[in-house]
Amino acid sequence: MSTAATASPVDDGVLSAMRWAAARDLKLALRSRGELGVQLLFYVIVVSLFPLSTTPERNLLATMGPGVLWVAALLSSLLSLPRLFAGDHADGTLEQIALSPYPLAALVYGKILAHWLTTGLPVVALAPLLGLQYAMDGESLAVLTAALLIGTPILSLLGAIGAALTLGLRASGSLLALLILPLYVPVLIFGAGAVDAARAGLGVSANLSLLGAGLLVATVGAPFAAAAAVRIALD
Amino acid sequence: MSLNWFKYASPASFYPLAGKLIPWFGWSAALLALVGLYIGLVVAPTDFQQGDAYRIIFIHVPAAWMSMFLYVVMAAWSALALGFNTRLSAMMAQAIAPTGALMTFIALWSGAFWGRPTWGTYWAWDARMTSELILLFLYFGVIALRHAIDDPRRADRACGVLTLTGVVNVPIIYFSVQWWNTLHQGSSVSLTKAPSMAAIMLTGMLIMSLAAWFYAIAASLARVRVVIIERERGAAWIGGLTEVRNA
Repeated sequence: MSTAATASPVDDGVLSAMRWAAARDLKLALRSRGELGVQLLFYVIVVSLFPLSTTPERNLLATMGPGVLWVAALLSSLLSLPRLFAGDHADGTLEQIALSPYPLAALVYGKILAHWLTTGLPVVALAPLLGLQYAMDGESLAVLTAALLIGTPILSLLGAIGAALTLGLRASGSLLALLILPLYVPVLIFGAGAVDAARAGLGVSANLSLLGAGLLVATVGAPFAAAAAVRIALD
Repeated sequence: MSLNWFKYASPASFYPLAGKLIPWFGWSAALLALVGLYIGLVVAPTDFQQGDAYRIIFIHVPAAWMSMFLYVVMAAWSALALGFNTRLSAMMAQAIAPTGALMTFIALWSGAFWGRPTWGTYWAWDARMTSELILLFLYFGVIALRHAIDDPRRADRACGVLTLTGVVNVPIIYFSVQWWNTLHQGSSVSLTKAPSMAAIMLTGMLIMSLAAWFYAIAASLARVRVVIIERERGAAWIGGLTEVRNA
């Protein structure tokens, strides 16, 4: 774990650094599958609570469904964000990673990728099943899944900035929520809006394109901001 | 004549300058507010559609403008602080945040009291209101992050990164909320389609906006002086200040 510098292949830099960080975090995540399972269960439970607190009426459920699934995805992303850096920060690995000769943004990007693969992708995969519980039809389910597939990486990318900013702070969990949830608003709106548009018989391409644009912007910008935040947290 | 712009980048030389500027901006703000309120509450005629309730705009619109403007100013100071590693810029950003949050809150609160008689509801998920609410959360986020970090230099830079991330997001949030709103419900009441405003109303609003602006400058300068004293308390020149010695 603390052999960041020696374990990386010393070649062209950025891509291999990215790959190394992603592979390492994936390996670590898969060693603690229980933790991942708990986060996924949290998602399922939050989604299941809404019909209990409102109504089991099918039409209303189909209307609420996309929004509920998106909010649950936001919350479960929020819940999983601390593991992105906190563990490495606690045992000093993050410092070693920051000291390596590779661009920190590339290493952070690899970590974000692994984070999405282990926490975002399962949420996407479960969405059609949970959507069925909300009496959503086939087309809505497909659009919802596509929107989540484009949108959840944005959550991981933006969340990484917040996770790095709150490293080692008091009450960092609730602080993270305050910092990051407002920034998630556009993703929520376009993501849930895509399904609404599909239900209303309108084209979904506008919503999905905007989500895609957001993903591109976040991919370009967020790793640098997160890397800057990691450096701030380390000194 | 060459001006040394960097002279006032030092807290020690900026502190007395800020002290000299505060009364100017403060009194200007008070005078302008008196004139603006006189125009707004006495001179301006009653609106034939909204009655006297419309007079809230003399508070509401300046506050809403300042709430957004101050976030951009805060981001600019943060960018300076991150780019040039100047302490005073970060202190300015820190000093502006509470005033910005206050303006956002006033805009929301006065908007609710305007909405009740005009729209028949205190709150609607109108695009502007929703993005203003999110802006308030962004201000709270910056302030909370500042308070959670003990080391002021780390807090400066962390808040800087957060503010800059936020300022990229503010237009996206505004746009997305507006789009969401038009998708969800037909336009209820549109401010932009209001009959063209009488010149005297516009004058009152602009004077009130200037007052709000000067108030924000005075309040930020007063707050930055406190921040300077707090942070530089180890420095010798702080000990020489009469207000510190008499405290």
